[in-house]
Parts: sequence; C-alpha cells; structure tokens
Amino acid sequence: MTLIKTQIGRRAFIKNTSLASGGLILGFSMLNACKPKQAETMAALEMPEEWFEMNGYLKIGDNGVVTILSPNPEIGQNVKTSMPMIVADELDIDWSQVIVEQAPLNTKLYSWQVAGGSRSISSSWQGLRMAGATARHLLKEAAAQAWQVPVSEISAVAGMLTHEASGNSAGYGEMASAASKLEVPEEIELKEQSEFTIIGTSRKNVDGKKIVTGQPLFGLDVQREGMLIATVAHPPAFGMTLKSFDASSAKQMPGIKDVFSIKVYEDDFKRSTFHHTAFNEVVVVLGETTWQVMQAKKAVQIEWEKAPDRTYGMTMFGNDMTVNHPAGMENSASHKEKMEAMSARPGRVVRRDGNPEAAFANAAKVIERSYSCPFLAHNTMEPMNFFAHVTEGHAELLGPTQTPEWMETAIAARLDLPLDKVDIMMTRQGGGFGRRLYGHFMVEAALISKQAKAPVKLVYSREEDMTQGIYRPAYYATYRAALDENNNMVAFHVKTGGIPESPLFANRFPAGALDNYLAEDWTIESNITTGAFRAPRSNFIAGAEQSFLDEVAEASGKDPIQFRLDLLQRAQQHPVGERNDYEADRYAGVLEMVREKSGWDQGATGRHRGVSAYFCHNSYVAQVLDVIMEGNEPKVDRVCVAIDCGIVVNPDAATNMAEGGTVDGIGQAMYSAMTFKDGVPEEKNFDRYRLIRHAEAPKSIDVHFVDNGKDPTGLGEPPFPPVMGALANALYKATGRRVYHQPFITDRPPLVG
Amino acid sequence: MANFNLNINGETLSVDVDPNTPLLWVLRDHLNMVGTKYGCGIAQCGACTVHLGDVATRSCMLTVSSVGNQEVTTIEGLSVNGDHPVQKAWLEVDVPQCGYCQAGQIMTASALLKKNPNPTDEEIEMAMNGNICRCGTYTRIKKAIKTAANPENV
Repeated sequence: MTLIKTQIGRRAFIKNTSLASGGLILGFSMLNACKPKQAETMAALEMPEEWFEMNGYLKIGDNGVVTILSPNPEIGQNVKTSMPMIVADELDIDWSQVIVEQAPLNTKLYSWQVAGGSRSISSSWQGLRMAGATARHLLKEAAAQAWQVPVSEISAVAGMLTHEASGNSAGYGEMASAASKLEVPEEIELKEQSEFTIIGTSRKNVDGKKIVTGQPLFGLDVQREGMLIATVAHPPAFGMTLKSFDASSAKQMPGIKDVFSIKVYEDDFKRSTFHHTAFNEVVVVLGETTWQVMQAKKAVQIEWEKAPDRTYGMTMFGNDMTVNHPAGMENSASHKEKMEAMSARPGRVVRRDGNPEAAFANAAKVIERSYSCPFLAHNTMEPMNFFAHVTEGHAELLGPTQTPEWMETAIAARLDLPLDKVDIMMTRQGGGFGRRLYGHFMVEAALISKQAKAPVKLVYSREEDMTQGIYRPAYYATYRAALDENNNMVAFHVKTGGIPESPLFANRFPAGALDNYLAEDWTIESNITTGAFRAPRSNFIAGAEQSFLDEVAEASGKDPIQFRLDLLQRAQQHPVGERNDYEADRYAGVLEMVREKSGWDQGATGRHRGVSAYFCHNSYVAQVLDVIMEGNEPKVDRVCVAIDCGIVVNPDAATNMAEGGTVDGIGQAMYSAMTFKDGVPEEKNFDRYRLIRHAEAPKSIDVHFVDNGKDPTGLGEPPFPPVMGALANALYKATGRRVYHQPFITDRPPLVG
Repeated sequence: MANFNLNINGETLSVDVDPNTPLLWVLRDHLNMVGTKYGCGIAQCGACTVHLGDVATRSCMLTVSSVGNQEVTTIEGLSVNGDHPVQKAWLEVDVPQCGYCQAGQIMTASALLKKNPNPTDEEIEMAMNGNICRCGTYTRIKKAIKTAANPENV
C-alpha cells in the first residue's frame, strides 16, 4: 500500500468537481455538428440518466458506466487509451464499462497537457492514479455511511462495493451521487503493482472502431454550420517576406469570400519558441470549400521581397533567449560547407574529463570519423489545420495541437482577450512528431475567424505544410577515439553542431566510461526555422555515436555488444565525473536482453547484423537489426528491440509504438531529406520527399520490455534514435562499406556485382 | 457549376459543384463524408483511396465529372456496421497509431483481397506501396491483411 497526498504544492490536484467549479466538458458532437450522410456506428453502452462528477478525470453514471477524460493530446502515441487505463485501474472498474472522452484544455484541473518529451504517462502517472483511487475511496466512504459500517471493511472491485459481514453490496452507480458530495481526504491509498488489473494488460485503441469506419475524429474533419474554409500563402523561400498582393481575379472565383493578409504576431509580442514562425505575414484566402480556396490561392498575384536581418527576443520554458535570422537565401550545398568548416575549428568545450589532448597525442592509433544529417520535415499525414470561432469577447478553438496551454497565451494576447475567454479543445491528431508543438496556425485561424466574423477552419495544403519550416535541424558530428597499443580505447572526443542548434548531450554515454573525454559543440545561425522532431537531437547523435562505437569496437577486435558492455561496466563500477545522466546497469540490461532475444551470439547465416543502444527520455533501448541482400539490394529484414521504460501500461500498444519508432528511424535515416536552393525548400510534396513505404519496412519487428516495476518513463521517442545506428552498422556488414551521411540511400557506396 | 448524380455507397447523391472538383473534396466538403482523407493532393500518399467499382482509386486527383455512374465505395460504405473482414482484422491486430492514413490503407487492402483473396507478402507490399503510413504501422498492416485473408491461420 502506498499513501500519497492529494495536495501537491499549491495545487489541489484532485478536486471534487461537484463541489468546485466543473470543467468544460465538450462531447463528441462538437467535432461534427452537421449530420453525416451515413449513420454513425458507435459502440453501444447504455447511457445513464444522470452523471456524477467525481473529479476532473472521471464521472460515474447512475447505472455504473464511467466516463474517463483523457487530458493529453492524442497524436498516435495512444495516450487516449493508456491514460484512462491508469485511472480505471485505481478506480477498479471493468474496462468494458468505460467511455473515454478527450478533455479540453483546463489548466485548473490538469497539468502538462502536452504531447512532448515522451512525458504524458510519466508526468501524470501519480495524478491519474490518484484520480481513480480518490473516486474509489469516496465510493467506499459513501457505502460505509449508507450501511453504517467501517469504511475499512468495504471492498471495491470491478465496479462493485461489498461489505461481506453484513452482506451488503452495491454497484458504483448506486453510490455515485452520495460519493460525489463527499470531501476528498488528505491522503489516499494507491495500489501496489501486483494489484493492478488493467495496467500491464493489452487494451485496444479506444478510437479503433471510429478510425476503421471513417468517423469524424481529426481536426480536418471538423464541420460546423456556417463554417468557412481558409488557406494561407506564405513566402516561397526562407529569407523572403510579403510585399504586396493583388487578389482582384481570385476574389471573382466561385465560392471565394475574401482575400486578405494577416500579421500573425504583433511586433512587441514576446514569443516563446513554440509560437515562432518564419513567416509572420501571410495571405489568406477565405471561401466556402477547401478546393475553391486552394484553387483561388493560385490566382492571387503576390509579390514577395527579401527580408532583412531579424532578431527575436524569445522565451523557452521561461528562459530568455535571442534568435537571429540572418538575411539571405540559403542553400544546402553551402550549409554542408559551413558545417565542415565549423567542425574543423575549436568548439565550445562543454565537458572535459582527464587529459584528452595528451591521450590523443600519445595514442598508438586514432580513429576519426564525421557524420551528418539533413533537415527533415515532420510530414504528419494530417496537414496543419485548426478550427476557430472568434466572437466579441470569446474565442473557441478546436483542432490538432500538441501544446494547447502554451498556445493559449499567444492567442489571448493577439486577440486581446483574458485567458479564460479562450477555450481550446483537441481533436485526435493525424500525427505530431513535434510539428504541432508549434501552433502559429492556431493564431492564424483565430485571426482569420475574427476578420471573417465567422467560424473558420484553416487548412494548409500539403505543399504549404511541407515548406513552412519548423524542420528537424541539420547536424554534423566528428568523433575521435584514441587507442593504446593493445587497442583499448583510452580517450573519446566528440565535436558536434548544427544549423541552428547543437545536438550534443555531453553527459550521456560514453561520458563516465572513459578517463579522458572531451565534448565540444558549435552552432550556425539560419533563417530557416527548426523545431523539436521526435527525440530532438538524439535523433541524429544516437545514430552517429553508435556507428562510431561500432567502428571502434571493430578496431579493438571486440564484439560490438561486449565492447559496449565493458564500457558500461566501467561506468557503473568506477564512473568518471559526477554528472553522468544515465544508469549504466539499465543501459547494460537492454543490451544483454537484445543479445539474448536476437540470438546474437549464435550468429545468423545470410544475415548481416548491426547493434545499437541509446538512452533518452529516461528510457533505454537496444536494437539488433538484420539486413539481407536481395541481389545487390540490402533490405532490412528483422529488428529485435529491447526496451526499459519501467512499467508498461498497455503492452500491445507499447509494442506498436516501438515498431513504429523503429520503422520511422529506418525511414528517416535511409530515405528522407529536406534540401534548399536559394532559400526555397526543394521538396514540396511526397513526389520528391521520400518517406519509407511498405516494401521498405522490416518484415518483422520483435519488441521486448524489461519488467522491473519502476515507474514509467518515455516510450514515444526512445525507440526512434538508436535504430539509425543499428541500420548503419548492419549496412556495413552487408556491403563492406560504412555509411556516414543521411539519407543513407544517397550515401550508399557503389556495389560491386 | 454543374449538377452530378453520384452513386456512392449504394445511394444516389446529388451535388452542384465545379466539374473539376476532385471527388475527395466533394465527399468531404459537400457530402460531409470525412472518412476519406486529404494527405497530398497528388496521388502520392493513398490517404484518399476509395473504390471505383472494385478498383482502389485515389480520389484526390479524380474529378467529379469523370466519375459518371460508376459505383463509388468509401470507408463509410465498406460495410454497414464496420464488420468488413478487413475492418475486423484491423481492430483485431489494433493497427492504428494516429489513424489518419488507415481508411486509405483499408480501402487499398480490401480492393486487393477482392482481386486476390490470398496474397503473398510480396503481393501485399506491391499493392500497398502507394499508401504511406507516417507512424510506421506497416508490419501490423501486413499482419491484418493476412488475418483478413485467413482468419484461422494467423
């Protein structure tokens, strides 16, 4: 039994919402208020006559049906199923009696309503359990009062309250009314892991039926009476800005209501990095249908001009920072030259252990290798869009966003409304990958609705979405290892940087495992906007580091898994430095698991295997990737994945996420790139922007989780970065040549037939 | 603008639109059938896949005027209660992550199985290669197609 306080800091986490003010509860009908042509097929649970709100996370119907609100944005990471599972387990209700609804943004009831940092489960783990446990306690309390027996003698299991001695029993629904009127106790009892009945069992996606039958779910599916459609045109190149436009012919086109420009943020508005956009002035085309506005946009004559140097004072998580966008039109070719030049110069020293300079000077052998990756577009399958209805004194927004709370402040400021007059509701989201952390399009939608004096859905075309910016930065890294005469690694040096940020994690492995260690970095400014992309920075540096270690292991004459384990043993037993931010034993644990599960030591005829392991988002992932040669074509056949992310809430869904992260990592490293010519993004749609497809995906992916009972850590991101290293290492085994520069498809050495 | 009588999911539906409007937007904006998704607009991603007769077709580049009286089936009309074998298999395997591309995947997969009830892995890959899943659910999609083809064997 674990007792925890229901009050954390100044915030009463779990409030009884019947006693306090109720949350804004919006139903499914808000998504699509127009009647669809086809009958809606919904799972049929009998609805209660009355609901009783227990707290911000759940309400119980008089018939025992429970509605659980899922607070966080659902971008495909499946929190809309797994978060309510946690509440339901502590409530102790039959999962078949649960209805899940997406909660709106409500900063009074919830914290961290963000899909970012792989933190949905870990940051809400205790709050969600507390919500369920508190309600369960109040139900028991209500039953105890009704039956005049001690609360300690009442059991609450699977929606039934029972008092064995007196023979009394009642369903949760019968006690819900009384329970909702009770005060929340100061302390509450949580289950032990061994008592979980839902957590740790696989439950299907709560939106599965709606997804496979095409019911309205996503932002792009929002329909309202009187709703207009808008699209925007932004400059064709980074380094350009709007000069003027002539919409006289576009306005004559059928269905077109208006064409105007908007300024997304006022000049004196201090943006957070999540508000940022490269293009503060865009041309809006407003009309009746999506096709009409997309056609009319082509008819608007827009003149663009070169933008000057710009400096933005911004904040990131409360810290002030300055972001410079130098004037000019940038090119991928010159990006590469600039990064190579920076890498040849001394960087900013971030960590230095021992005497790396002397160790390299005295080394019997030095291995030096450089790695790079291009910018990437997130390319969520559902392009950016948002619904807004701004009226006098109020704004309603509905759509796909990973950061409703952080965008609310910008929207309120831009519309000059108090925060409580801005209501934000999330739809299911057709992918996120970090792109929807940056919600300038929400501000745009609000401004368009305000000007149009109508409900508006803003829709980006694929081209507009892909060329707008907020890309994964381009990175470059040079690694050096010093070997002694016995081929032992005695010093390690990483110098890395990027446009516009560095991907360095100076205190991650192999820091701590070597007496002599040096980590340096550098950055190059750019007017191309970038943002967090699934496992930011790790999504490059993991693959580069793990490829390099593979080469060092080979030079040392060691098995690549044993080589890493030896380093980890050193880090565990005699760690160098005090700031190492990984647990060496858990790191080694996933390597040992993947060694066993992949049959690494047995070898595999006809298979070329690469291994990789990485720590990020507080989780550990190791992968063994098998390549087979089909003629001259290396093909990824199988990937074995070992993960330590603590308690796994929904194992099959977690496996799905790990499979997806693995496929995504292979795809981005092998095929994807965003390139620039004179500031113009050269890839504008999926004809030129290559994403991994069915035939290129692994034939099978085996996922294994370490069962250690630790509190959950991240899962959406950690399986993504390391597989890039496993892929590079397997390609080397298959082809005899190492790949260093992503996308590997263009870095692939010529194959001798 | 012109009037079109479309045969969609067994019903005759009438719309008054520009003849060049792609079927995708007629479905989504005029008929409020939003199960068919917009992904790229240039027939590269497969999110907008519908059946024209029995053939999987990208609706984003198919003008409404070229549909004529051909039978159109969308994800909403694939089955009455969401119980088409492919839909059931998708639920059984719990394929979706974000779910956005899955209607298109299901429409391509169901057209494949109608033509070829027991496809090999290679035939599945070839048929499905035009449907992008950004979340990377490809291995589950393949498993679901095989489940739908042979529910007892998987």
